[in-house]
Amino acid sequence: MSKKTVVSFRLNGHDTDVTVEPRELLIHTLRERCAHTGPHIGCETTHCGACTVDMNGTSVKSCTVLTVQAEGADLLTIEGLAQGGVLHALQEGFMQEHGLQCGFCTPGMITRAYRLLQENPNPTDDEVRYWIAGNLCRCTGYQNIVKAVQYAARKLRGATA
Amino acid sequence: MIPRPFEYHAPTSIEAALGLLATHGSEAKLLAGGHSLLPMMKLRFAQPAHLIDLNRIETLKGIRLEGNTIHIGAMTCENDLIWSPVLAEHCPLLVETARLISDPQVRYRGTIGGDISHGDPGNDHPAVMLCLGASFVLQGGRGKRVVAADGYFLGMYSTAIEPEEILTEVRIPVPPKGSGYCYAKLKRKTGDFATAAAAVLLELEGDTVVDVSIALTNVGATALKATDAERYLRRRPLTDGAIIEAARLALEICDPVEDLRGSVEYKRAMAGEMTHRALHTAAARAKR
Repeated sequence: MSKKTVVSFRLNGHDTDVTVEPRELLIHTLRERCAHTGPHIGCETTHCGACTVDMNGTSVKSCTVLTVQAEGADLLTIEGLAQGGVLHALQEGFMQEHGLQCGFCTPGMITRAYRLLQENPNPTDDEVRYWIAGNLCRCTGYQNIVKAVQYAARKLRGATA
Repeated sequence: MIPRPFEYHAPTSIEAALGLLATHGSEAKLLAGGHSLLPMMKLRFAQPAHLIDLNRIETLKGIRLEGNTIHIGAMTCENDLIWSPVLAEHCPLLVETARLISDPQVRYRGTIGGDISHGDPGNDHPAVMLCLGASFVLQGGRGKRVVAADGYFLGMYSTAIEPEEILTEVRIPVPPKGSGYCYAKLKRKTGDFATAAAAVLLELEGDTVVDVSIALTNVGATALKATDAERYLRRRPLTDGAIIEAARLALEICDPVEDLRGSVEYKRAMAGEMTHRALHTAAARAKR
Protein backbone atom coordinates (compact mmCIF):
# COMPACT_ATOMS: atom_id res chain seq x y z
CA MET A 1 0.00 0.00 0.00
CA SER A 2 2.80 2.39 0.68
CA LYS A 3 5.92 1.02 -0.87
CA LYS A 4 9.19 2.84 -0.39
CA THR A 5 10.44 5.27 -2.97
CA VAL A 6 13.81 6.83 -3.64
CA VAL A 7 13.94 10.56 -3.02
CA SER A 8 16.87 12.66 -4.23
CA PHE A 9 17.78 16.10 -2.97
CA ARG A 10 20.78 18.31 -2.30
CA LEU A 11 21.59 18.55 1.38
CA ASN A 12 24.03 21.33 2.25
CA GLY A 13 25.45 21.09 -1.25
CA HIS A 14 25.76 17.30 -1.35
CA ASP A 15 23.63 15.11 -3.61
CA THR A 16 21.72 12.76 -1.36
CA ASP A 17 19.43 9.79 -2.03
CA VAL A 18 17.19 8.24 0.57
CA THR A 19 14.64 5.43 0.38
CA VAL A 20 11.55 6.21 2.38
CA GLU A 21 7.89 5.45 2.88
CA PRO A 22 5.67 8.32 1.69
CA ARG A 23 4.58 8.96 5.27
CA GLU A 24 8.08 9.69 6.52
CA LEU A 25 8.53 13.27 7.69
CA LEU A 26 11.52 15.27 6.52
CA ILE A 27 12.78 15.85 10.05
CA HIS A 28 13.09 12.09 10.63
CA THR A 29 14.92 11.57 7.34
CA LEU A 30 17.39 14.33 8.12
CA ARG A 31 18.07 13.15 11.64
CA GLU A 32 17.87 9.38 11.34
CA ARG A 33 18.98 8.62 7.77
CA CYS A 34 21.25 11.57 6.98
CA ALA A 35 22.72 11.96 10.51
CA HIS A 36 21.94 15.69 10.45
CA THR A 37 20.77 16.12 14.02
CA GLY A 38 21.02 19.91 14.03
CA PRO A 39 17.33 20.35 13.21
CA HIS A 40 15.57 19.37 16.43
CA ILE A 41 12.24 17.74 17.15
CA GLY A 42 10.43 20.04 19.54
CA CYS A 43 6.66 20.03 19.38
CA GLU A 44 5.98 17.91 16.25
CA THR A 45 2.91 20.10 15.71
CA THR A 46 4.28 22.94 13.55
CA HIS A 47 4.38 25.39 16.43
CA CYS A 48 7.90 25.63 17.83
CA GLY A 49 10.15 25.94 14.78
CA ALA A 50 13.01 23.89 16.25
CA CYS A 51 12.93 21.67 13.15
CA THR A 52 13.22 24.61 10.72
CA VAL A 53 15.33 23.97 7.64
CA ASP A 54 15.73 25.90 4.41
CA MET A 55 14.05 24.26 1.41
CA ASN A 56 14.34 25.81 -2.06
CA GLY A 57 14.93 29.24 -0.59
CA THR A 58 12.14 29.14 1.97
CA SER A 59 12.09 28.30 5.67
CA VAL A 60 10.00 25.24 6.43
CA LYS A 61 9.16 23.29 9.55
CA SER A 62 10.48 19.88 8.60
CA CYS A 63 8.05 18.10 10.94
CA THR A 64 5.27 19.19 8.56
CA VAL A 65 6.85 18.33 5.23
CA LEU A 66 6.91 14.82 3.82
CA THR A 67 10.31 13.66 2.66
CA VAL A 68 8.79 12.69 -0.70
CA GLN A 69 7.88 16.37 -1.13
CA ALA A 70 11.59 17.20 -1.04
CA GLU A 71 12.28 15.38 -4.32
CA GLY A 72 14.71 17.57 -6.27
CA ALA A 73 14.88 20.12 -3.46
CA ASP A 74 17.82 22.17 -2.32
CA LEU A 75 18.03 21.77 1.47
CA LEU A 76 20.11 23.74 3.92
CA THR A 77 20.40 22.89 7.61
CA ILE A 78 22.42 24.41 10.42
CA GLU A 79 25.21 21.95 9.52
CA GLY A 80 25.66 23.75 6.19
CA LEU A 81 26.18 27.26 7.54
CA ALA A 82 29.76 27.22 8.77
CA GLN A 83 32.22 27.28 5.87
CA GLY A 84 35.78 25.94 6.07
CA GLY A 85 35.66 25.77 9.85
CA VAL A 86 34.59 29.42 10.13
CA LEU A 87 31.30 30.12 11.83
CA HIS A 88 28.58 31.89 9.85
CA ALA A 89 27.94 35.48 10.97
CA LEU A 90 24.68 34.33 12.58
CA GLN A 91 26.42 31.62 14.60
CA GLU A 92 29.03 34.14 15.67
CA GLY A 93 26.26 36.62 16.53
CA PHE A 94 24.39 34.13 18.70
CA MET A 95 27.66 33.43 20.55
CA GLN A 96 28.72 37.06 20.96
CA GLU A 97 25.30 38.35 21.98
CA HIS A 98 24.36 35.35 24.15
CA GLY A 99 21.42 34.55 21.90
CA LEU A 100 20.88 31.19 23.59
CA GLN A 101 20.87 29.41 26.89
CA CYS A 102 19.88 25.75 26.51
CA GLY A 103 20.42 25.90 22.74
CA PHE A 104 17.55 23.64 21.77
CA CYS A 105 15.81 26.21 19.56
CA THR A 106 19.05 27.66 18.20
CA PRO A 107 19.55 25.62 15.00
CA GLY A 108 16.00 26.38 13.88
CA MET A 109 16.29 29.97 14.99
CA ILE A 110 19.53 30.51 13.05
CA THR A 111 18.29 28.71 9.95
CA ARG A 112 15.17 30.89 9.95
CA ALA A 113 17.21 34.05 10.56
CA TYR A 114 19.45 33.06 7.65
CA ARG A 115 16.51 33.22 5.24
CA LEU A 116 15.21 36.41 6.86
CA LEU A 117 18.53 38.17 6.22
CA GLN A 118 18.63 36.86 2.66
CA GLU A 119 15.27 38.52 2.06
CA ASN A 120 15.84 41.61 4.18
CA PRO A 121 19.53 42.38 4.85
CA ASN A 122 18.74 45.48 6.89
CA PRO A 123 15.74 44.70 9.12
CA THR A 124 14.48 46.80 12.00
CA ASP A 125 14.21 45.10 15.40
CA ASP A 126 10.43 44.92 14.92
CA GLU A 127 10.89 43.26 11.55
CA VAL A 128 13.26 40.70 13.06
CA ARG A 129 10.66 39.89 15.70
CA TYR A 130 7.82 39.64 13.16
CA TRP A 131 9.75 37.44 10.75
CA ILE A 132 11.13 35.01 13.35
CA ALA A 133 7.80 34.68 15.15
CA GLY A 134 7.53 31.06 14.01
CA ASN A 135 10.42 30.05 16.26
CA LEU A 136 9.86 29.72 19.99
CA CYS A 137 12.57 30.14 22.62
CA ARG A 138 11.77 29.38 26.25
CA CYS A 139 15.05 30.68 27.69
CA THR A 140 16.16 34.03 26.40
CA GLY A 141 13.04 36.16 26.19
CA TYR A 142 14.17 36.90 22.61
CA GLN A 143 16.01 40.12 23.49
CA ASN A 144 19.45 38.67 22.79
CA ILE A 145 18.21 36.71 19.80
CA VAL A 146 17.19 39.97 18.15
CA LYS A 147 20.60 41.43 19.04
CA ALA A 148 22.32 38.35 17.59
CA VAL A 149 20.42 38.63 14.31
CA GLN A 150 21.27 42.33 14.11
CA TYR A 151 24.94 41.53 14.83
CA ALA A 152 24.93 39.16 11.87
CA ALA A 153 23.01 41.60 9.69
CA ARG A 154 25.63 44.30 10.33
CA LYS A 155 28.49 41.91 9.69
CA LEU A 156 26.98 40.52 6.48
CA ARG A 157 26.21 44.00 5.16
CA GLY A 158 29.81 44.99 5.83
CA ALA A 159 31.11 41.87 4.16
CA THR A 160 29.11 42.37 0.98
CA ALA A 161 29.21 46.19 0.78
CA MET B 1 3.97 11.44 15.30
CA ILE B 2 3.87 9.81 11.90
CA PRO B 3 0.78 9.51 9.68
CA ARG B 4 -0.75 6.17 8.78
CA PRO B 5 0.60 4.68 5.55
CA PHE B 6 -0.73 6.09 2.29
CA GLU B 7 0.15 6.16 -1.36
CA TYR B 8 1.65 9.44 -2.56
CA HIS B 9 0.96 11.04 -5.92
CA ALA B 10 2.58 14.21 -7.26
CA PRO B 11 0.85 15.08 -10.54
CA THR B 12 2.22 17.97 -12.62
CA SER B 13 -1.03 18.96 -14.34
CA ILE B 14 -4.59 19.67 -13.25
CA GLU B 15 -5.82 17.00 -15.67
CA ALA B 16 -3.57 14.37 -14.08
CA ALA B 17 -4.73 15.40 -10.60
CA LEU B 18 -8.38 15.16 -11.68
CA GLY B 19 -7.69 11.71 -13.11
CA LEU B 20 -6.20 10.53 -9.82
CA LEU B 21 -9.13 12.02 -7.94
CA ALA B 22 -11.59 10.21 -10.23
CA THR B 23 -9.73 6.90 -9.75
CA HIS B 24 -9.30 7.03 -5.98
CA GLY B 25 -12.44 8.97 -5.08
CA SER B 26 -13.27 9.16 -1.41
CA GLU B 27 -10.05 7.35 -0.50
CA ALA B 28 -8.02 10.36 -1.64
CA LYS B 29 -7.22 13.74 -0.15
CA LEU B 30 -5.68 16.71 -1.94
CA LEU B 31 -2.51 18.05 -0.34
CA ALA B 32 -1.92 21.79 -0.66
CA GLY B 33 0.36 23.47 1.90
CA GLY B 34 -0.29 20.58 4.25
CA HIS B 35 -0.24 22.64 7.40
CA SER B 36 -3.77 21.61 8.36
CA LEU B 37 -3.93 18.20 6.67
CA LEU B 38 -0.57 16.74 7.76
CA PRO B 39 -1.14 17.58 11.45
CA MET B 40 -4.61 15.98 11.15
CA MET B 41 -3.04 12.91 9.57
CA LYS B 42 -0.48 12.68 12.36
CA LEU B 43 -3.28 12.78 14.91
CA ARG B 44 -5.34 10.22 12.90
CA PHE B 45 -8.19 12.70 12.38
CA ALA B 46 -7.56 12.12 8.69
CA GLN B 47 -6.38 8.79 7.25
CA PRO B 48 -6.49 9.03 3.46
CA ALA B 49 -5.27 5.98 1.52
CA HIS B 50 -4.09 8.27 -1.29
CA LEU B 51 -2.51 11.69 -1.00
CA ILE B 52 -2.55 13.82 -4.15
CA ASP B 53 0.05 16.56 -3.78
CA LEU B 54 -0.81 19.66 -5.84
CA ASN B 55 2.51 21.43 -5.21
CA ARG B 56 4.05 20.40 -8.55
CA ILE B 57 1.26 21.92 -10.64
CA GLU B 58 2.74 25.26 -11.66
CA THR B 59 -0.43 26.46 -13.42
CA LEU B 60 -2.15 26.58 -10.03
CA LYS B 61 0.21 29.32 -8.81
CA GLY B 62 0.32 33.05 -9.47
CA ILE B 63 -1.52 36.33 -9.13
CA ARG B 64 -2.67 38.42 -12.08
CA LEU B 65 -5.01 41.27 -12.84
CA GLU B 66 -7.39 40.81 -15.77
CA GLY B 67 -9.68 43.76 -16.40
CA ASN B 68 -11.32 44.45 -13.09
CA THR B 69 -10.76 41.01 -11.61
CA ILE B 70 -7.82 39.63 -9.64
CA HIS B 71 -7.10 35.98 -10.43
CA ILE B 72 -5.18 34.03 -7.80
CA GLY B 73 -4.10 30.45 -8.41
CA ALA B 74 -5.33 28.20 -5.61
CA MET B 75 -1.77 27.00 -4.82
CA THR B 76 -0.41 30.51 -4.33
CA CYS B 77 1.15 30.62 -0.87
CA GLU B 78 0.45 33.23 1.80
CA ASN B 79 3.96 34.64 1.55
CA ASP B 80 3.39 35.37 -2.14
CA LEU B 81 0.17 37.20 -1.26
CA ILE B 82 2.14 39.36 1.18
CA TRP B 83 4.70 40.44 -1.43
CA SER B 84 2.41 40.72 -4.48
CA PRO B 85 2.57 44.18 -6.14
CA VAL B 86 -0.83 43.51 -7.73
CA LEU B 87 -2.45 42.93 -4.35
CA ALA B 88 -0.57 45.81 -2.70
CA GLU B 89 -2.08 48.14 -5.27
CA HIS B 90 -5.52 46.66 -5.84
CA CYS B 91 -6.42 44.57 -2.79
CA PRO B 92 -4.37 45.51 0.30
CA LEU B 93 -7.02 43.83 2.50
CA LEU B 94 -5.69 40.47 1.34
CA VAL B 95 -2.09 41.48 2.12
CA GLU B 96 -3.08 42.61 5.61
CA THR B 97 -4.89 39.32 6.17
CA ALA B 98 -2.02 37.15 4.95
CA ARG B 99 0.39 38.96 7.28
CA LEU B 100 -1.81 37.95 10.22
CA ILE B 101 -1.94 34.26 9.30
CA SER B 102 0.17 31.93 11.42
CA ASP B 103 3.94 32.43 11.13
CA PRO B 104 6.57 32.87 8.38
CA GLN B 105 7.34 29.17 7.91
CA VAL B 106 3.66 28.30 7.64
CA ARG B 107 3.07 31.18 5.20
CA TYR B 108 5.72 29.81 2.80
CA ARG B 109 3.73 26.57 2.60
CA GLY B 110 0.12 27.43 3.35
CA THR B 111 -1.96 28.33 0.30
CA ILE B 112 -5.02 30.49 -0.26
CA GLY B 113 -6.85 27.59 -1.90
CA GLY B 114 -6.07 25.21 0.94
CA ASP B 115 -7.19 27.74 3.52
CA ILE B 116 -10.51 28.18 1.67
CA SER B 117 -11.11 24.51 0.83
CA HIS B 118 -10.46 23.20 4.32
CA GLY B 119 -13.71 24.73 5.55
CA ASP B 120 -12.31 25.49 8.99
CA PRO B 121 -14.11 28.53 10.46
CA GLY B 122 -10.82 29.42 12.18
CA ASN B 123 -9.15 30.02 8.82
CA ASP B 124 -8.93 33.67 7.79
CA HIS B 125 -9.53 33.64 4.04
CA PRO B 126 -13.18 32.52 4.11
CA ALA B 127 -14.38 35.70 5.86
CA VAL B 128 -12.15 37.87 3.69
CA MET B 129 -13.50 36.16 0.56
CA LEU B 130 -17.07 36.84 1.74
CA CYS B 131 -16.10 40.44 2.44
CA LEU B 132 -14.56 40.89 -1.02
CA GLY B 133 -17.39 39.16 -2.88
CA ALA B 134 -14.94 36.63 -4.31
CA SER B 135 -15.79 33.56 -6.34
CA PHE B 136 -14.06 30.22 -6.74
CA VAL B 137 -13.32 28.19 -9.85
CA LEU B 138 -14.00 24.50 -9.25
CA GLN B 139 -12.71 22.10 -11.86
CA GLY B 140 -13.99 18.56 -12.17
CA GLY B 141 -13.99 15.78 -14.71
CA ARG B 142 -16.99 17.34 -16.45
CA GLY B 143 -15.57 20.86 -16.65
CA LYS B 144 -15.41 24.07 -14.68
CA ARG B 145 -17.95 25.91 -12.60
CA VAL B 146 -17.67 29.20 -10.78
CA VAL B 147 -19.22 29.44 -7.32
CA ALA B 148 -19.66 32.59 -5.23
CA ALA B 149 -17.95 32.68 -1.83
CA ASP B 150 -21.34 33.62 -0.38
CA GLY B 151 -22.97 30.20 -0.12
CA TYR B 152 -19.75 28.19 -0.55
CA PHE B 153 -19.12 27.59 3.14
CA LEU B 154 -21.71 25.10 4.39
CA GLY B 155 -20.47 24.14 7.84
CA MET B 156 -17.51 22.97 9.88
CA TYR B 157 -15.09 21.38 7.35
CA SER B 158 -17.87 21.40 4.80
CA THR B 159 -17.97 23.41 1.55
CA ALA B 160 -19.83 23.28 -1.75
CA ILE B 161 -16.93 21.50 -3.50
CA GLU B 162 -17.72 18.03 -4.85
CA PRO B 163 -15.40 15.10 -4.04
CA GLU B 164 -14.13 14.88 -7.65
CA GLU B 165 -13.47 18.63 -7.93
CA ILE B 166 -10.37 20.77 -7.36
CA LEU B 167 -10.45 24.44 -6.42
CA THR B 168 -8.16 25.92 -9.06
CA GLU B 169 -8.58 29.67 -8.84
CA VAL B 170 -9.86 32.48 -6.67
CA ARG B 171 -11.43 35.47 -8.42
CA ILE B 172 -11.74 38.77 -6.63
CA PRO B 173 -13.48 41.83 -8.08
CA VAL B 174 -11.13 44.80 -7.56
CA PRO B 175 -12.62 46.89 -4.74
CA PRO B 176 -13.70 50.40 -5.80
CA LYS B 177 -10.78 52.85 -5.82
CA GLY B 178 -10.37 54.63 -2.50
CA SER B 179 -12.21 51.97 -0.49
CA GLY B 180 -11.19 51.70 3.13
CA TYR B 181 -10.35 48.24 4.37
CA CYS B 182 -9.25 46.40 7.48
CA TYR B 183 -8.81 42.89 8.82
CA ALA B 184 -8.88 43.16 12.60
CA LYS B 185 -7.85 39.90 14.26
CA LEU B 186 -7.60 39.06 17.92
CA LYS B 187 -5.32 36.13 18.63
CA ARG B 188 -3.64 34.93 21.78
CA LYS B 189 -0.26 34.39 20.17
CA THR B 190 1.47 34.15 16.81
CA GLY B 191 0.33 30.98 15.10
CA ASP B 192 -2.99 30.73 16.91
CA PHE B 193 -6.34 30.93 15.18
CA ALA B 194 -8.45 34.02 15.74
CA THR B 195 -10.41 34.32 18.95
CA ALA B 196 -12.49 36.54 16.69
CA ALA B 197 -11.73 38.62 13.61
CA ALA B 198 -13.56 41.01 11.32
CA ALA B 199 -12.95 41.91 7.68
CA VAL B 200 -14.31 45.23 6.46
CA LEU B 201 -14.45 46.93 3.07
CA LEU B 202 -15.88 50.45 3.17
CA GLU B 203 -16.80 52.99 0.54
CA LEU B 204 -17.42 56.52 1.79
CA GLU B 205 -18.62 59.72 0.19
CA GLY B 206 -17.84 62.45 2.66
CA ASP B 207 -19.03 60.89 5.91
CA THR B 208 -21.79 58.84 4.32
CA VAL B 209 -21.48 55.13 3.75
CA VAL B 210 -21.96 54.34 0.07
CA ASP B 211 -21.33 50.64 0.53
CA VAL B 212 -19.88 48.42 3.22
CA SER B 213 -19.03 44.75 3.52
CA ILE B 214 -18.41 43.03 6.86
CA ALA B 215 -17.50 39.38 7.50
CA LEU B 216 -16.44 37.54 10.65
CA THR B 217 -13.94 34.74 11.38
CA ASN B 218 -14.25 31.90 13.91
CA VAL B 219 -17.46 32.90 15.64
CA GLY B 220 -19.74 30.32 14.02
CA ALA B 221 -19.62 27.02 12.14
CA THR B 222 -18.53 29.00 9.07
CA ALA B 223 -17.31 32.50 8.34
CA LEU B 224 -20.28 34.86 8.67
CA LYS B 225 -21.45 37.81 6.58
CA ALA B 226 -22.81 40.48 8.88
CA THR B 227 -25.63 41.55 6.57
CA ASP B 228 -27.75 43.29 9.25
CA ALA B 229 -24.84 45.50 10.23
CA GLU B 230 -24.12 46.25 6.56
CA ARG B 231 -27.74 47.15 5.84
CA TYR B 232 -27.85 49.42 8.87
CA LEU B 233 -24.76 51.35 7.80
CA ARG B 234 -25.56 51.88 4.11
CA ARG B 235 -26.45 55.49 3.20
CA ARG B 236 -25.95 56.50 6.83
CA PRO B 237 -23.33 58.95 8.17
CA LEU B 238 -20.53 56.91 9.72
CA THR B 239 -20.66 58.41 13.21
CA ASP B 240 -19.16 56.78 16.31
CA GLY B 241 -22.70 55.89 17.35
CA ALA B 242 -23.40 54.21 14.01
CA ILE B 243 -20.21 52.15 14.30
CA ILE B 244 -21.18 51.03 17.80
CA GLU B 245 -24.63 49.98 16.58
CA ALA B 246 -23.16 48.15 13.57
CA ALA B 247 -20.75 46.28 15.86
CA ARG B 248 -23.69 45.32 18.09
CA LEU B 249 -25.64 44.01 15.08
CA ALA B 250 -22.58 42.04 13.96
CA LEU B 251 -22.07 40.33 17.28
CA GLU B 252 -25.78 39.36 17.35
CA ILE B 253 -25.27 36.87 14.51
CA CYS B 254 -22.31 35.12 16.19
CA ASP B 255 -22.69 31.58 17.44
CA PRO B 256 -19.24 30.63 18.74
CA VAL B 257 -18.33 27.59 20.82
CA GLU B 258 -16.51 27.85 24.11
CA ASP B 259 -12.90 26.66 24.07
CA LEU B 260 -9.50 27.67 25.44
CA ARG B 261 -9.80 30.99 23.61
CA GLY B 262 -12.76 32.01 25.70
CA SER B 263 -16.41 31.69 26.61
CA VAL B 264 -19.31 32.20 24.23
CA GLU B 265 -20.03 35.63 25.70
CA TYR B 266 -16.39 36.71 25.47
CA LYS B 267 -16.05 35.63 21.85
CA ARG B 268 -19.25 37.41 20.84
CA ALA B 269 -18.05 40.56 22.56
CA MET B 270 -14.69 40.30 20.82
CA ALA B 271 -16.38 39.83 17.43
CA GLY B 272 -18.20 43.09 18.13
CA GLU B 273 -14.97 44.76 19.21
CA MET B 274 -13.10 43.56 16.11
CA THR B 275 -15.94 44.88 13.92
CA HIS B 276 -15.74 48.17 15.77
CA ARG B 277 -11.98 48.46 15.27
CA ALA B 278 -12.09 47.32 11.64
CA LEU B 279 -14.75 49.92 10.80
CA HIS B 280 -12.74 52.69 12.46
CA THR B 281 -9.53 51.70 10.68
CA ALA B 282 -11.32 51.28 7.34
CA ALA B 283 -12.89 54.73 7.74
CA ALA B 284 -9.48 56.28 8.42
CA ARG B 285 -8.07 54.61 5.29
CA ALA B 286 -10.98 55.43 2.97
CA LYS B 287 -10.63 58.28 0.50
CA ARG B 288 -13.77 60.42 0.61
